[in-house]
Amino acid sequence: MSGCSDCGSCNSATVVEFPGSRTAPKAVAVIGPPNSGKTTLFNRLTGLHQKVANFPGVTVEQHTGIATLADGRSIQLIDLPGVYSLSPRSEDEQVAYDVLTGKRSDTAKPEAVLLVLDSTNMGRHLMLAAPILALGLPTLVILNMADDLRSRGGRVDLQKLSAELGAPVALVSARRGQGIDQVFDFLAGAMTKPSPKELPILQDVPKCRAWAGHVGSQASYRPPVPPKWTRRLDAVFLHPVAGPLLFLTVVVAIFQTIFTVAAPSQTAVDWLIQQFSNLVASGLPNGLFKSLLIGGVFKGVGSVVVFLPQILLLFLFIGILEDSGYLARAALIADRTMAKVGLQGKSFIPLLSAYACAVPAIMSTRTIENKRDRIATILIAPFMTCSARFPVYLLVIAAFIPNRPLLGRLLSTGAAAMLGLYILGFLMAVITARLLKSSILKSGRTPFLLEMPSYRWPTFTSLGLRLLDRAKVFLVRAGTIILLVSVLLWGALNLPYTNGHPPEISASLAGTVGRTIEPVIKPLGFNWKIGIGLITAVFSRETIIATLGTIYGMDESSNKEGLQAAIHHDLSPGGAVALLVFFAFAMQCISTIAVVRRETGGWKWPILQFSYMTVLAYVSAFAAFHLIG
Amino acid sequence: MQLSVNCDLPEAPPASLMDLRRGDAAILDAIDLPTDDARRLMELGFLPGAQITAGRSAPGGDPQVFQVDGSEIALRRETARRLTVRRKKAGKLDTTPRA
Repeated sequence: MSGCSDCGSCNSATVVEFPGSRTAPKAVAVIGPPNSGKTTLFNRLTGLHQKVANFPGVTVEQHTGIATLADGRSIQLIDLPGVYSLSPRSEDEQVAYDVLTGKRSDTAKPEAVLLVLDSTNMGRHLMLAAPILALGLPTLVILNMADDLRSRGGRVDLQKLSAELGAPVALVSARRGQGIDQVFDFLAGAMTKPSPKELPILQDVPKCRAWAGHVGSQASYRPPVPPKWTRRLDAVFLHPVAGPLLFLTVVVAIFQTIFTVAAPSQTAVDWLIQQFSNLVASGLPNGLFKSLLIGGVFKGVGSVVVFLPQILLLFLFIGILEDSGYLARAALIADRTMAKVGLQGKSFIPLLSAYACAVPAIMSTRTIENKRDRIATILIAPFMTCSARFPVYLLVIAAFIPNRPLLGRLLSTGAAAMLGLYILGFLMAVITARLLKSSILKSGRTPFLLEMPSYRWPTFTSLGLRLLDRAKVFLVRAGTIILLVSVLLWGALNLPYTNGHPPEISASLAGTVGRTIEPVIKPLGFNWKIGIGLITAVFSRETIIATLGTIYGMDESSNKEGLQAAIHHDLSPGGAVALLVFFAFAMQCISTIAVVRRETGGWKWPILQFSYMTVLAYVSAFAAFHLIG
Repeated sequence: MQLSVNCDLPEAPPASLMDLRRGDAAILDAIDLPTDDARRLMELGFLPGAQITAGRSAPGGDPQVFQVDGSEIALRRETARRLTVRRKKAGKLDTTPRA
């Protein structure tokens, strides 16, 4: 922190005193206990958009990013999963330990450490300082959440603390950006090895805690008063009656809002795409290329992109719930259910994040120490309704269920159907877990521990970054996988060429494939067009919309009526329900299969999971079609 | 329910965390769990000698939140049962009206 008091002068653009690009960037690790705000700080320093939430265990893999200093040098930052100590017990702690000690080949050994501690709970968090300082790497001790500490009347003498720890200390608020300069100063300045006055025996937890307490009192640490608002809010959210009711209300309100804005937002985006498509069409000569662009690309990709506003809205709500700290309470309320099916509360958080996408959810199962519990959680995660199923549900529900009020203005039929599908997925996950835990994945119980974070206001930056990130993921997928599939599909629909004319759709290559598999899917109430959609949906679920958009777009008659009407025309009500059920249960996602293989270390589990889910989807869709007709 | 009686006796039988009602404070005596699990609890502040206050719980009373060492940690009853505590005099007096 000292060597760079003249940083202002480094700022002048002409002076390049440091060999910026000549040497590889220094690697610096960011470590701290769970939910101490490491990732928020990391994002502040690097401008990267890692997922942050107000509950422990959000980061399960090391992420790297580059922090650019005022003088133009860059430093590689490694964001590590939260750990309570350096004696690893779960996979995410193992990752942190291995990176710090340079045992991981894929990550550079860090030359310095940013130790992030929650200043509002410094007594306990300082325990981690002992093993970190013992590593002997240059360390900056960052007391985060300074805003909380101050507002709740806590204080600490930084100079005395620094003297006691033998390492520089900074009091920052990563959320508000206060004190971040000091972190940059540390990264830019001379990093000296720590020289603490004394360190406890690391294996002895009571000794470590006593040491942390001693250091705290030497630094005249006054812990903040308990968060008043958290107690007050918990009195409501954890109330035996009001709590679960509120939980239900929140969920219903989210679905209802998404459904209320559905029609206008889709019309708006659709209109934009149509205008753009017309503009492009008017500038192109008639021919194959125009047909590909308008019929393949715009129809296909466009029909998926219209769902962007609703996806973003869903993530805005999830983001608010996560950042505020409410989700930890939801996990607490739901733990009973998890316990009944033999899973621990820790499984709940991966399952919640599976509502966004099963891939990060499966990665976040690393926080579960028990191997069998972890595999069970991985196997049931894809049943949770991910955001790729969301547009499919929206489309089919809008096409078949007239949106009428069900409970006054509180809940409409469409929103209720959507909620029902989410519950269906969750129930199937729970049933599957019960089956697994009472058969092949029996295990002893491990204690359930869940830290309840204080409630915090979600910040606009955090929510904004998150939405930007989701929009990017969604659009990138629309612009790559879905675009590619749309183009290939367009080709397959226009081949074979006879006498210079494209074939009838049913006689085309794609049509032939569709009609070949038709006997298999006919019992579910699907025709060959849906069949082609099911095949392309293997790449990712929402691709079926692009596929149907392209297929129906090529058909003159259905092109006029629009995708919703075309689907309504082609499916019986029973077939529609069968389609929804099929999508609820089938494992149509290559990325999920790949991540399950990686996380379980072999093909056994992904194959079992894929077969189970496919058979279940087929049988359930069959039953739905024949029951409803 | 029985505990309030026990506490008045000079030699109360050991109670567990599970027996604490909301607002009750007690001093942790011992953790009867496998080493790894006990260590994890200790890292979260459940150290012998630490003061623990029972907080709110999920509907049905399980799991329950405990205030310990500046943070709030939720434990299932099956775990809380394995943590034996000594009643704190002051804590008992504090909570009598509430219980």
